[in-house]
Amino acid sequence: MDLTYTESEQAFREECRAWLEAHVPRTPLASHNTREGFAQHVAWEHELFDAGWAVVSWPKRFGGREATLIEWLIFEEEYYRAGAPARVTQNGIFLLGPTLFECGSEEQLERILRPMARADFLWAQAWSEPNSGSDLASVRSTARRVEGGWRLSGNKTWCSRGSFSDGIYGLFRTDPDSQRHRGLTYFMIHLDQPGITLRGVDDLDGEEAFAEVFLDDVFVPDADVIGEVNQGWRVAMATTSSERGLSLRSPGRFQATADRLLTLYAERGRPERLRDRVLQSWMDAEAYSLYTYQTVTRMREGGHIGADSSLNKIFWSEMDIATHETAMALLGESAWLAPDAPDATEGWLHDFLFSLAGPIYAGTNEIQRNIVAQRVLELPR
Amino acid sequence: MRAAFTEDQLTLAEAVRTALQAECNAEALRRAWTETHDFWPLLAEQGVLALSAPESLGGMGMGALDWVNVAVEAGKVALPAPLGEHLAIVELLAEAGHGELVEAMTTGEARVSAAFAGDAEKTYAVNHGRGEAVVVLGPAQATLVRQPVYTTQATADQSLQLASVDGDGESLDGDAARAFDRAVLANAAQLLGVAETILDLAVEYAKARRQFGKPIGSFQAVQHHLVDALLKRRFAAPVVHRAAHSLDTDDPRRSVHVSMAKIYAAEAAELACRKSLQVHGAIGYTFEYDLHLYMKRAWALSAAWGSVAWHRDRVAATVLGDSHG
Ligand SMILES: Cc1cc2nc3c(=O)[nH]c(=O)nc-3n(C[C@H](O)[C@H](O)[C@H](O)COP(=O)(O)OP(=O)(O)OC[C@H]3O[C@@H](n4cnc5c(N)ncnc54)[C@H](O)[C@@H]3O)c2cc1C
Repeated sequence: MDLTYTESEQAFREECRAWLEAHVPRTPLASHNTREGFAQHVAWEHELFDAGWAVVSWPKRFGGREATLIEWLIFEEEYYRAGAPARVTQNGIFLLGPTLFECGSEEQLERILRPMARADFLWAQAWSEPNSGSDLASVRSTARRVEGGWRLSGNKTWCSRGSFSDGIYGLFRTDPDSQRHRGLTYFMIHLDQPGITLRGVDDLDGEEAFAEVFLDDVFVPDADVIGEVNQGWRVAMATTSSERGLSLRSPGRFQATADRLLTLYAERGRPERLRDRVLQSWMDAEAYSLYTYQTVTRMREGGHIGADSSLNKIFWSEMDIATHETAMALLGESAWLAPDAPDATEGWLHDFLFSLAGPIYAGTNEIQRNIVAQRVLELPR
Repeated sequence: MRAAFTEDQLTLAEAVRTALQAECNAEALRRAWTETHDFWPLLAEQGVLALSAPESLGGMGMGALDWVNVAVEAGKVALPAPLGEHLAIVELLAEAGHGELVEAMTTGEARVSAAFAGDAEKTYAVNHGRGEAVVVLGPAQATLVRQPVYTTQATADQSLQLASVDGDGESLDGDAARAFDRAVLANAAQLLGVAETILDLAVEYAKARRQFGKPIGSFQAVQHHLVDALLKRRFAAPVVHRAAHSLDTDDPRRSVHVSMAKIYAAEAAELACRKSLQVHGAIGYTFEYDLHLYMKRAWALSAAWGSVAWHRDRVAATVLGDSHG
């Protein structure tokens, strides 16, 4: 057990920090869930990629720097500590990217990864359907074989920032006689194709954070199938654990929030009645980080995160809500001021509302508890 | 950065596990209600008593990272012995020039326990109402009471006794704060261990017990109770490990890290108690079933070496910079 950073890890941290200090926008960008804000975030992603910071752990040929997982955690810590913008490439680089590394063809890697990482082509996740949320295997959207590819029809929903994206990915039933997990295929779909209709859906915050996507006989070439036909379930499951467990929500994010909470607590005169809650948030962010360093060490030594990632997901999402509830309690009545009201405090309300979605997206916490019960504790079904 | 134990550290813990699980089962714990039996000879034979003593005094000179998992194993079997106290104080006694005593302690000839000098009026030594000496240890000071006068008191955890300590002490000239943090760490590690046993009992029971024609472990409400307990236990472990690391590296935030270890381990153990009892139903609420042996140990350990609230104050004083402790 050596919880100190090596010289090269330390040097990596300093390099990240110096670059971020020099480049992170001084005034916060508009919300990435609005069209205007999204465009600002895309510009930021270009800058990040061109300096080699967009996907530090990826191979150099796709714009990465082949950083170790520990270095990736360090990058994330520095990124959030610097108050750098939300990652609008996240559903690409943290979900589709790993899926391609695991199951994609060489041609797909060459064609798709760099534009994904530079935010030249933005990807949205289209897994959910109106009648298939937690029960993803019940998807009804279909794909029909045609010359050179497939014709897709159906209805996907809750695609985060789908209104501003260029492509989506998800599961379609390619074997009409199949049931449940069998007979599904994983597709990437360009949103500029004929037959696609998008409907923006506003989130709790009143921003167009989601899109519902209607597909009517949309053509997708064979080149945009990931993995084998009818093996889409396996492709999808290959990376769900990285979404829940690690890449989507690294510890740096929560430690930065906890540090901001400490500042807020001091600014609000250290109310004794909220002390233990503030302290709990700070400690939990530390605990999550320590846990993650152990997970990452295990992965570096050949282990897999597997169903353990469901424990991560429950932990970070519940911690995040508690932290934001405490911030709201510290702010009192002013917590509920609209962002443009004179006395409003930057960010907390928006982030509080978003924290409430944590136990819902990336697989609800009930589903995560089911997974842990069955796969970690090996309880009977 | 490598957040994992070494092969040697794991092997040591494994060996101790095998020895303890063979000897210290529920039946042995029940025997310890009436007989004085604290497994001290076994621990001496396994070399466990020598782990943290300096090599010059016949010890192995091991650090907290080396013995922390040994303490976890002691917790798993609810070892009715002040092993954590022993591991915590030998280094201090050696520093303070009590080499002979330390040598005798590492072979198991001399028994010395420790008692927490907190804010309470009385201090209690755990299960050592017959040792030759007691170290009364607080976060900043330590005294050695030789030939103490003990008043032994039964506890709800019948395999442990508390002994209130009287007698004149001599101040120990060594790093008392470090020794104190070691004692807290050993306590936290045992809590982590006992939490695991308590949870394991419930998981096994949930697989075996049937109602409505199915194992109760197939009911989602039962599953989620157990997952909640597992979650707390899992996230507590790295916090305890970090505290051991901070002791060995003399991290400037060592005391914060040690107090966090206590908070997380104690809360994990207490939640395991609640969830395990609930999942067991009435059988868990009986004296004949084993669960209570471990639950009572969890509660006793949680109350020892500073409560969760006490340690929260200590963390807050540093992290939030407020001194109303
Ligand atoms: C902010 C946000 C962003 C999102 N982004 C995307 C995205 O980019 N792409 C995408 O495809 N989807 C996205 N989603 C959708 C998300 O994946 C789904 O909301 C989620 O999978 C749950 O599905 P559902 O909403 O249909 O709820 P349902 O599945 O209908 O569940 C409703 C409730 O029932 C519970 N429940 C259901 N089944 C069980 C069970 N077996 N045991 C116990 N409880 C159960 C659930 O836990 C939940 O509490 C997003 C959601 C949010 C909130």
